[in-house]
Amino acid sequence: MLSLALPGTSWAHRLPAGLKFGVLAVAMAGTAFLRDPLPLAAVGALTAGLYLSLGRRGLRAGATALRPVLWIVGLIVIWQLWLGDPRGALVLALRILAMMALATFVTLTTPLPELMAMIERLATPFARFGLPPRLPALTVAMLLRFIPVLRARLEMLTLAWRARSRRRPGPRLLAPMTLSLLDDSDRLAEALRARGGLTPPRPHKKPTLERRP
Amino acid sequence: MERNFTLIVLFAALIAVLGLVPPLMLPTGVPVSAQSLGVMLAGAVLGSKRGALAVIVIVAVVALGLPVLSGGRGGLGVFAGPTVGFLLGWIPAAFVTGLVVEKMRNAPVGVAAGAGAVLGGIVVLYLCGTFGMMAVLHKGFGAALGLSLPFIPGDLIKAVVAGWLVTVIARYRPSALLSRAE
Repeated sequence: MLSLALPGTSWAHRLPAGLKFGVLAVAMAGTAFLRDPLPLAAVGALTAGLYLSLGRRGLRAGATALRPVLWIVGLIVIWQLWLGDPRGALVLALRILAMMALATFVTLTTPLPELMAMIERLATPFARFGLPPRLPALTVAMLLRFIPVLRARLEMLTLAWRARSRRRPGPRLLAPMTLSLLDDSDRLAEALRARGGLTPPRPHKKPTLERRP
Repeated sequence: MERNFTLIVLFAALIAVLGLVPPLMLPTGVPVSAQSLGVMLAGAVLGSKRGALAVIVIVAVVALGLPVLSGGRGGLGVFAGPTVGFLLGWIPAAFVTGLVVEKMRNAPVGVAAGAGAVLGGIVVLYLCGTFGMMAVLHKGFGAALGLSLPFIPGDLIKAVVAGWLVTVIARYRPSALLSRAE
């Protein structure tokens, strides 16, 4: 499985991840206060401009991300119109779509390794409270590794079920799935421990070379 | 430490994989995704703290832009959308589910898991989801709750399934049920 980030080196990809997150946070907080359609439309137009600068690929990815909320936005708009408040309908639709598009833009233009580097930087101060600095990267790496493994296992269990029964397996396959997962976890923990565990041992004092006369 | 870590990561992976299972359609036409069943299971099997941590891992990788939510959704946009309360609500949902299983020690484990799934995976989750919608859509409590009511029958089915699954797990691998271990 891959990240949603678009491959490429657009101007937005080259900006530092921290800057993008900072600007996004400010923009989101600001947009939440806008009550008039005109400034919201401006934010929307600006966001559309950002996507246009990424080319057709960017536009398509943005549309895919917004599609799942369209029904709920549509529902609210119909409701608001029914209440006789077309202005409210416009404000609501513009705000939700603009904010979601803006946030998605950051996701689309920030590659995973850069995000991980940012998180590792942010996590460094917590090392003194016992949070292993490797933890975030290791978690994401293991998750990415195990999603396809578990997916294949669920498919195999489904095939095994189909070979024996004409009924649909339904959720019952989750029982063997969970049991095998718990067994995996033990073996995986052992493997991790064998490789030094989550908390790497304290580095030894550098041996000082004795200078012999 | 390592064992807790691998359990949390593997259950997070399970929740992600359940998002890939095509949703079941209720007769009312409302899709029922298997993903929140994974959240209930994480709480009921791993217990409150580890269950909540497994969900935190999923929420974190959604923020990192991995398409791990059902329908291939993910990214920061989800946090700006109307369903943000349901995503963040998964964390207390798994926690409360696990807490109920831990506290109802004398009840049969399946009953406790089902009750936990109803309390955590439905009551707590829908409260969080409704607050999220109120914030994003600027609606009142009733209106926001009304938007999510059609999904409750599907979640009741999931709570029953979660209770039954936990019974099966407890029967074949009693030691695996960490929410009841000590």
